[in-house]
Amino acid sequence: MRWFDTYCHPLLASDMLPPRANAASPTDSTAKNEVAIEFRNVGFAIEKHQILSDVNLQVMAGETVVLLGRSGSGKSTAVKLINRLLVPSEGEVLVSGRSTSACDAIALRRGIGYVIQETGLFPHFTVEKNVALVPRLEKWPKERIRQRVDELLQLVGLTEPGLAKRYPHQLSGGQRQRVGVARALAADPPILLMDEPFGALDPLTRSEIQKEFQELQKRLSKTVVFVTHDVREAILLATRIGLFENGRVAGIYSPAEFLASPDPTISTYCASIRPEPAPGTDARGRTGEVK
Amino acid sequence: MSLLQFLIHNRAQIFQSTLEHMWLVGVTLLLACAIGIPLGILVSRRPPLSKPVLGLANIAETIPSLALLGFLLPVPWLGDRADRLAIAALTLYALLPIIKNTVEGIRSVDPSVRESALAMGMTDRQILFQVELPLSLSLLFAGIRVAAVLTVGIATIAAAVGAGGLGEFIFRGLAMVNNQLILAGAIPAALLALTADAVLGGIERRFRFTR
Repeated sequence: MRWFDTYCHPLLASDMLPPRANAASPTDSTAKNEVAIEFRNVGFAIEKHQILSDVNLQVMAGETVVLLGRSGSGKSTAVKLINRLLVPSEGEVLVSGRSTSACDAIALRRGIGYVIQETGLFPHFTVEKNVALVPRLEKWPKERIRQRVDELLQLVGLTEPGLAKRYPHQLSGGQRQRVGVARALAADPPILLMDEPFGALDPLTRSEIQKEFQELQKRLSKTVVFVTHDVREAILLATRIGLFENGRVAGIYSPAEFLASPDPTISTYCASIRPEPAPGTDARGRTGEVK
Repeated sequence: MSLLQFLIHNRAQIFQSTLEHMWLVGVTLLLACAIGIPLGILVSRRPPLSKPVLGLANIAETIPSLALLGFLLPVPWLGDRADRLAIAALTLYALLPIIKNTVEGIRSVDPSVRESALAMGMTDRQILFQVELPLSLSLLFAGIRVAAVLTVGIATIAAAVGAGGLGEFIFRGLAMVNNQLILAGAIPAALLALTADAVLGGIERRFRFTR
């Protein structure tokens, strides 16, 4: 019961509630208004080399927060702190209200989908077996796994007959990435982490798969944290954009705010994409709270 | 008497020695795998161990085989029987390629694959048995192949301590300055090495996964 964990956990309740009170109006009763992931004064260092400092960020359930920044700005590191591939050296990261360092890493990770640029598909597993990985680890009955795999391959648009029996090296880059998404969604985790998932694809496949993902996200409403250095991708997919600069969060903006911002650093980002007919002013522009 | 006639004439004895030879090599390889693979896994899990373990295996490799047999002779239990002694020495030689290739195999697993496995919530044991070891099989068998060929060759020297095998023909031939006798040991040994190489090479290719 996530709501209970978030708000009523005895250890967390006292320091959880005050910031919540002003964060969202209590009249808003949609489930979307839960904080799914929260960074509290998070710092991360490897051997005195500071990679992240003072990161404060709240990701609400069901929204897509895009972490945007240059290579080496610490955005991928931030994502790895969420599923505890890394542990923060300062502060804490809360997932569903519980500090990641307090929960069992294996259980935490099974509830969080993870998609990366290199796909990380197992080369010795067929597509089917790759997708079935987490359900198999969770010991679902065989029949249910089979159904789920079929369902997922449909969902990500891999309907070609015989494809489920192929190995990753027999697929195209786009197909591999779709399998990666299907694998991440397999056990229906509420949270999805995506680290430049479409970064290695050719531009056509890329925009195709971006649109598909957008459609998918409309239906599934997962909490998504998406890392990219591509401004266009950020604006297309984000409900909010977290701008990373030198290991710090330089600001959190809705796509519309981001495009309109007078801030010179942001202008350089926006200048990198050609002026197009008003891309940011769509209905999805839920304004985010800037911490 | 031509070589061929000689071989045919002594076929029963050659066959007997070949079987002995294969027994020595087989037991050695089984032992070396049973020790080497777990050691390789341990080393890949604890990188600081890599230097001492591989270093020791390297040193064992450099000791001349006759000398090694000599060293092991006074060891209580080992020295009791010639084949025991020979197998112990051969195992020491076979260890290095097996440990090395186990470590290399695990190290060669694509980091993104390991990261995904971890992120999907696999435990260390699951990652080892379902991801790392299956993906290292090709390199692992390459190591066993090298060890097998090496052992077939060195096992001929085991005859020096009376452990039997094809080396007996070679030593007898050398003593009697009889080339046919030497070849009666050397040819089957070479064929044995080539066969082991081909069979294990086939297995090795079978486990090669393209990324």
